[in-house]
Amino acid sequence: MIDVNRKGEVWVFAEQHGGKIEDTPLELMSKARRLADTLGVKLAAAVLGDRIKPLAKKLVRHGADKVYLAEHPLLGQYQTNSYAKVMYDLIHKHEPQIVLYGATIAGRDLAPRIASATKAGLTADCTDLQIGDHTTAKDKKVHKNLLFQIRPAFGGNIVATIINLDRWPQMATVREGVMPMPDADTSRKGKIIEEMVELTREYLPLDIIDEHKRPKKVDLKAARIIVAGGAGVGSRDNFQLVWDLANCLGGAPAATRAAVDLGFIDHDHQVGQTGTTVRPSLYVAVGISGAIQHQAGMAQSQKIVAVNNDPDAPIFQVAHYKILGDLNDVVPLMIKTIKEKGIQE
Amino acid sequence: MAYKCVVLIKQVPDTKRVTGDVMNDDGTVKRSALPAIFNPEDLNALETALEIKDRFGGHITVITMGLPGAAAILRESLYRGADDAILVTDRRCAASDTLATSYILSCAVKKLDYDIVLCGRQAIDGDTAQVGPQLAEKLGITQITYVEQLIELSSKTITAQRNIGNGWQQVKAELPVLLTVVGDANEPRVAAARKMMKYKKASTPIEVSEQIKAENPKADEAEIAELLELRAKALEEKGLLIKQWDLDSLEADLAWCGMSGSPTKVHRIQSVVLAAKESKDIHPTPDGIADMIHELIEEKTIA
Ligand SMILES: Cc1cc2nc3c(=O)[nH]c(=O)nc-3n(C[C@H](O)[C@H](O)[C@H](O)COP(=O)(O)OP(=O)(O)OC[C@H]3O[C@@H](n4cnc5c(N)ncnc54)[C@H](O)[C@@H]3O)c2cc1C
Ligand SMILES: Cc1cc2nc3c(=O)[nH]c(=O)nc-3n(C[C@H](O)[C@H](O)[C@H](O)COP(=O)(O)OP(=O)(O)OC[C@H]3O[C@@H](n4cnc5c(N)ncnc54)[C@H](O)[C@@H]3O)c2cc1C
Repeated sequence: MIDVNRKGEVWVFAEQHGGKIEDTPLELMSKARRLADTLGVKLAAAVLGDRIKPLAKKLVRHGADKVYLAEHPLLGQYQTNSYAKVMYDLIHKHEPQIVLYGATIAGRDLAPRIASATKAGLTADCTDLQIGDHTTAKDKKVHKNLLFQIRPAFGGNIVATIINLDRWPQMATVREGVMPMPDADTSRKGKIIEEMVELTREYLPLDIIDEHKRPKKVDLKAARIIVAGGAGVGSRDNFQLVWDLANCLGGAPAATRAAVDLGFIDHDHQVGQTGTTVRPSLYVAVGISGAIQHQAGMAQSQKIVAVNNDPDAPIFQVAHYKILGDLNDVVPLMIKTIKEKGIQE
Repeated sequence: MAYKCVVLIKQVPDTKRVTGDVMNDDGTVKRSALPAIFNPEDLNALETALEIKDRFGGHITVITMGLPGAAAILRESLYRGADDAILVTDRRCAASDTLATSYILSCAVKKLDYDIVLCGRQAIDGDTAQVGPQLAEKLGITQITYVEQLIELSSKTITAQRNIGNGWQQVKAELPVLLTVVGDANEPRVAAARKMMKYKKASTPIEVSEQIKAENPKADEAEIAELLELRAKALEEKGLLIKQWDLDSLEADLAWCGMSGSPTKVHRIQSVVLAAKESKDIHPTPDGIADMIHELIEEKTIA
């Protein structure tokens, strides 16, 4: 653990695999940039790997003032222990006040190992981060400019704001897709600091035998329009309605967990707490009740259209356009109307 | 070769059943209003240990840290085939965050001899998935997270398949290791009737003394203590005593436990209120739909 260090920088762990930076840490850069500006400190990215110099420039363009570049042949492939050791050393050398990680598979494997070794706090799976003050109940002491780490817990039923008063750095993992990706700004300048890395094979306890990554069947995060179907659609065959509406809107088809579990569509299309978090311009929810875990993944959409035959469906509470009716009538009508408009224009 | 497994299990409120009346007005959750269950992925961790024992032989110890009532999931583990059960309970454990929880659990695991430590990936109440990796760090052993399949165990090495989101990865490591197991890994077995008969009476010392007090309302402290010792001994001889450890017996450093050992603090908790937005009712008629589509095109939501 490090002491409270108000001059410390804000850091983002820039997870990369095979020379490509993951989306989640890049998304994090815009939020981290704002935190650093509020605190009046520098934003730095820490990137670990083997022969990854080109990534440093990319991180600068996405908002970093500084990039700590840790290169070593033994960092070529991610392993918990080697990455944890290098991050631990960097944190103790530079004493950042905030360290953020994407809540990816690797981020959630790595960050707790670092937190345990550092004996610092770690908040899991945040959906928002802010700077704020906290008054301790006992002594009424005001702790200024703390990192408010905002996260759902209890199966998504509550939102907790977590703080770390004095056992710094303040560390959090942040869920994918909850922050918009900043645009690259090629005019930005930043400082690239090459770090000396000391590593031995002893930090590589795993023998990685085989790995298989399949491309996602759909990129929901990139879709401007999403048409999502729920259990109410009724069958895999009838789910064609969702595909058709998505097609004529130039959007992507998505689903609730219930629809995925019923086999209507592949899990890659699932939106929500255990699926993808999306924020499209338009989200059309068809036969979806609007459970909290589903809303966690779509409530940030700019415009929401809901089609449901139950007036009390919770989805109507977040919808901008509420269509109370049978989806089997409404969706074909929507498709027809859009096609006609298309012909007119 | 036989393997010694330690499985960490947590009793959790069944958060799938949260409804409006379970929430307090201040946004906190009435835990007592929800049934307490065996954390689902901890059943998968236990099942993995049981499969290891079925194939190679060995010994399984289950540990939970929690309120005295958590003994229920220890018994459920015995019904399924665990050999030993330990309840870590102490008021001073209250308000532990994941760092303090993993420290306390590490003190307990260190008292045992083990080859493989198993955790669930994540608990459905705290939802952090941090305790497994933190416990591995405190024990100084290799962690393999998100395990979806155990591929091979041979003398001193383990090969396992991890779920890496959009695919899988197979890794090999030397024992001892800590695994965190995902829900897709297996189908947890149900309790065996024969074992239920055998372990129905398995109890912790707290439960035994409660029972003694109920049966002898007039007994004083000394008498209760005496009876407790007798009964606990009898249970132990039959293998029915659930061990109960407190922070003193763990020789835990109190500075790292409970509230004082927890760097993260809750600033505020809110229940999720569904935001009421400006909204329009659209008639499910050709005109109603046409108006809506027109509006969406006008404001360039639809290109
Ligand atoms: C830990 C956890 C994580 C979860 N993660 C996710 C997640 O990531 N994503 C997710 O979506 N869910 C998730 N869930 C599940 C979630 O709680 C709900 O069960 C799920 O979202 C419900 O899906 P649904 O709305 O399709 O089905 P239902 O709740 O069954 O709703 C169907 C709706 O269709 C309507 N309907 C039926 N027929 C018609 C018709 N003919 N015309 C119009 N409307 C009709 C009904 O009125 C109803 O409102 C999670 C749950 C848990 C506990
Ligand atoms: C609303 C809320 C938010 C919280 N947020 C955070 C946070 O961001 N960071 C933080 O550090 N703490 C947080 N906590 C505290 C945290 O929930 C507790 O420390 C809890 O004891 C362990 O975390 P978990 O439930 O997330 O377990 P997880 O880390 O999800 O559990 C993983 C596995 O560890 C094992 N395990 C966990 N707890 C026990 C136990 N008591 N006994 C035996 N095995 C166990 C099980 O095998 C389990 O499957 C939060 C608590 C609440 C109520």
